[in-house]
Amino acid sequence: MQQIINFIIRNKNFLLSLLLFSISMVFTIQTHSYHKSKFINSANFLTGGIYNSINNFTGYLSLKSQNQVLAEENSRLKMLIFNSENKKDSTYLDTITYSGTYKFTLANVIKNTYSGANNVLLLNRGKNDGLKEDLGVISSKGIVGIVDGTSKRYATVISVLNTVNKISAQLKKTNHFGTLFWNAKSPYYIQLIDIPKIAPIVKGDTIITSGRSSIFPKGIPIGIIHGFKLDAAENYYEIDIKLFNDMTNLEHVYTIENIDATEIDNLLNKKVNE
Amino acid sequence: MNNTVFLHITRFISLVFLQVVLFNNINFSGYLNPYIYIMFIALFPVKNNRFIIIFLSFFLGLSIDLFSDTGGIHAAACVFIAYIRPAILKFSFGVIYEHQTIKFTTVEFGEKLTYLTILTFLHHLVLFLLEMFNFSEIILVLQKTLFSSIFTILLILIVTIIFSKKTK
Repeated sequence: MQQIINFIIRNKNFLLSLLLFSISMVFTIQTHSYHKSKFINSANFLTGGIYNSINNFTGYLSLKSQNQVLAEENSRLKMLIFNSENKKDSTYLDTITYSGTYKFTLANVIKNTYSGANNVLLLNRGKNDGLKEDLGVISSKGIVGIVDGTSKRYATVISVLNTVNKISAQLKKTNHFGTLFWNAKSPYYIQLIDIPKIAPIVKGDTIITSGRSSIFPKGIPIGIIHGFKLDAAENYYEIDIKLFNDMTNLEHVYTIENIDATEIDNLLNKKVNE
Repeated sequence: MNNTVFLHITRFISLVFLQVVLFNNINFSGYLNPYIYIMFIALFPVKNNRFIIIFLSFFLGLSIDLFSDTGGIHAAACVFIAYIRPAILKFSFGVIYEHQTIKFTTVEFGEKLTYLTILTFLHHLVLFLLEMFNFSEIILVLQKTLFSSIFTILLILIVTIIFSKKTK
């Protein structure tokens, strides 16, 4: 017993380091799986409040470019209204075309990161505004991410620039679908894998969300094909996509809630259980 | 005594604040950010108990993690460098360290640079390894480590020079 206590006293620095290091590792590993980062996220009273007040201040700096983005969106929506005969050529960004299945909420990005490998955004809307886990987040130009954690007034969003993210996407002209991921190299490009070799792929084609999960509706623009090659087994394409969204400059975003999501999920789970 | 405790608390809070508000948003050439908050660990008095610095480093890293949604990578990297700091001190300052009389304002520039370089490089290496969490991306990790380290070391040197002038 004496020896054990002596050992602990002699190596207390090492043991303390080891303990604290393991705690950090647990936190780190938790962030690599969905909806586990409960303790260490920025959607709490203190950090959310600080980021909110900073954003109140720095928001003025990007006012001009954000106005430009909103004006562009306005003009596109106006165009949609005035040309509503040929709906098929238009993008699916407004609620009208979904006959009320999707509920949109406006939010501001109060913290944006894109330099790390697992980027998380912070929104100034939370549970009080009806946000919850697994809502899609888009901007006027394309997808942004998926809501991860929520507090009363703030929500964290797993950005598309996150190595954890797996979003289903497809070609706009055919229905071949694959999975989006990010190789953490450039904030302007993401990667699409598992597109079968048979799909007709041309540089410059548009990629949209596939609507195969209940998170994003079908048809939200993602980006255009920048380059592609076959994978090692030569069965699937690996595609580099240039994002429509400038992820380095985000201010106004929308969260999408699929009102039928629980119904769809229940149905799918029932199928699995039987 | 109270004065130095107060100084370190102020330094802790202001470094976390500066890191979160300013230096995490630099994103030079897309992904390069300096992590100057490790100044707190680097310049912590040598004479003090190692137990305290390891503990403080953990909380320093954890507060950065809390703000930047990175799980525990900063905390892990900080604890790591806080633990091996004595070895780096011994390596860079040699005999002076043995007598426990180092003052960071008085040591030679070259020795200080060696010390800061090793400390920063190790911190960034652990940080980016844990961030990627994938050995197949080792080239990217090393690249990020190298460029961010240069950035961090330059900034720490600039900050220490500015503040040491002020006190004289």
